[in-house]
Amino acid sequence: MSKITHEATQEQLLYANLLEKGMLIGLVLMFITFALYVFGVMSPVVPLDQIGSYWSQPVDQYLAAINNNFLHMEHAPTGWAWVGLIGKGDFLNFIPIAILSGVTIVCYLAIVPGLFARGDKAMAFIALATAMILILAASGVLKSGH
Amino acid sequence: MVLTVQNKLTGMFAFLMCSLMLSPAWALASEAAAAVPMSVVDDPNWWKWPVILLFVTFVMGIIAVLGGVGGGVLFVPIISGFFPFHLDFVRGTGLLVALCGALAAGPGLLKANLASLRLALPVALIASTMAIVGAMVGLALPTHIVQLALGGTILGIVVIMLTAKKSSVPDVPKADNISSALRICGVYTDQGETINWKVHRTPGGLATFIIIGFMAGMFGLGAGWANVPVLNLMMGAPLKISVATSKFLLSITDTSAAWIYVNNGCVIPMMVVPSLIGIMFGSFVGVRILKVAKPTFIRWMVIGILAFAGAKALHKGLSSMGII
Repeated sequence: MSKITHEATQEQLLYANLLEKGMLIGLVLMFITFALYVFGVMSPVVPLDQIGSYWSQPVDQYLAAINNNFLHMEHAPTGWAWVGLIGKGDFLNFIPIAILSGVTIVCYLAIVPGLFARGDKAMAFIALATAMILILAASGVLKSGH
Repeated sequence: MVLTVQNKLTGMFAFLMCSLMLSPAWALASEAAAAVPMSVVDDPNWWKWPVILLFVTFVMGIIAVLGGVGGGVLFVPIISGFFPFHLDFVRGTGLLVALCGALAAGPGLLKANLASLRLALPVALIASTMAIVGAMVGLALPTHIVQLALGGTILGIVVIMLTAKKSSVPDVPKADNISSALRICGVYTDQGETINWKVHRTPGGLATFIIIGFMAGMFGLGAGWANVPVLNLMMGAPLKISVATSKFLLSITDTSAAWIYVNNGCVIPMMVVPSLIGIMFGSFVGVRILKVAKPTFIRWMVIGILAFAGAKALHKGLSSMGII
């Protein structure tokens, strides 16, 4: 049973430290991967001088167009298909985006054992359920479109 | 006061649902069906939009700090109203902007024990689940319907900003059963005074986060504008705890919605990275200017900008439906 104190709980500190590390790694990588992309070190899927023709399209048309014009894949690149394209400058930038979007899941999974160990079962189940929801969102199973 | 906050959010949600369900265009419009081969033009000046985006988001970062709002709520209406980017990508980028702001602030707020993990956990479960639903609905709807609903929502946020009161330490005579069972309470020191806090009306508060999560996911707005009044006025958390927990909460709610947008292809790095850099550096500068700025004037300016951007989104939605 936890006491009420001025200090943050063990779980809160663990969560904060992991969040901080993940955020910093994501931000540093974002600068690096964007520099590789924008300075032409790694060639992109969509050439930079054509990108203006694509960002004004609805996402479905954008995905179909880049698939037709450049990728020629069986399906448009949704879900985790970007992993297969990280050799390209634009898709390389999905690595830091995935880290920034994924660090919260790691934080949640990290605090669950401590909550169970301290007998804080209700909060442990809530944290576990939220982690499952976030993993479901990240999995790419949930598809939507116009 | 509690009813006022709940009524306003419920009113916004009702407007949202009416514009989604009652629009004749909903039955007719399908962007996928209307897909035509697109013409691709080589543009040697492609870089001007990312550079303008960088500059505008830098200014936005300053204004957001001074006006006490999140970046996402300014980003989506302004960028979708005045830039050539499609709303799908603007919403995806808006969520990442709000997410990164929350990730940057979250660790410090948690370590200082101002953001409460115990308060955030149950709220986040509901808000993040509904943010996924909101994101999926938002991506399934025709753009002009979303644009119309976005305009109504932004104008609703303006009303909330104009009328919502704040309470530094609300009077909570007795914690309710749920918050007692989950031990949602804490203690912090403010100007030498030790303040023990607890919350009440937890079921109502959690139910309101169903609406907030849905709207956050649907529009990519972040949701600080709604989190704070509900945590503070409705559930009775002290203002400092409410503001800090709201900021931290965004890192969870926006994570779930952001993944839906990322997995559905709504992320263009050439939009995302300049926006994040602009907002981040703008926020650093904003914090420094905060010491000498007049917050009341800035707050009125933010309200004015949002009202204009909301009206513009409504106009765009209505004109693309051929109504005006």
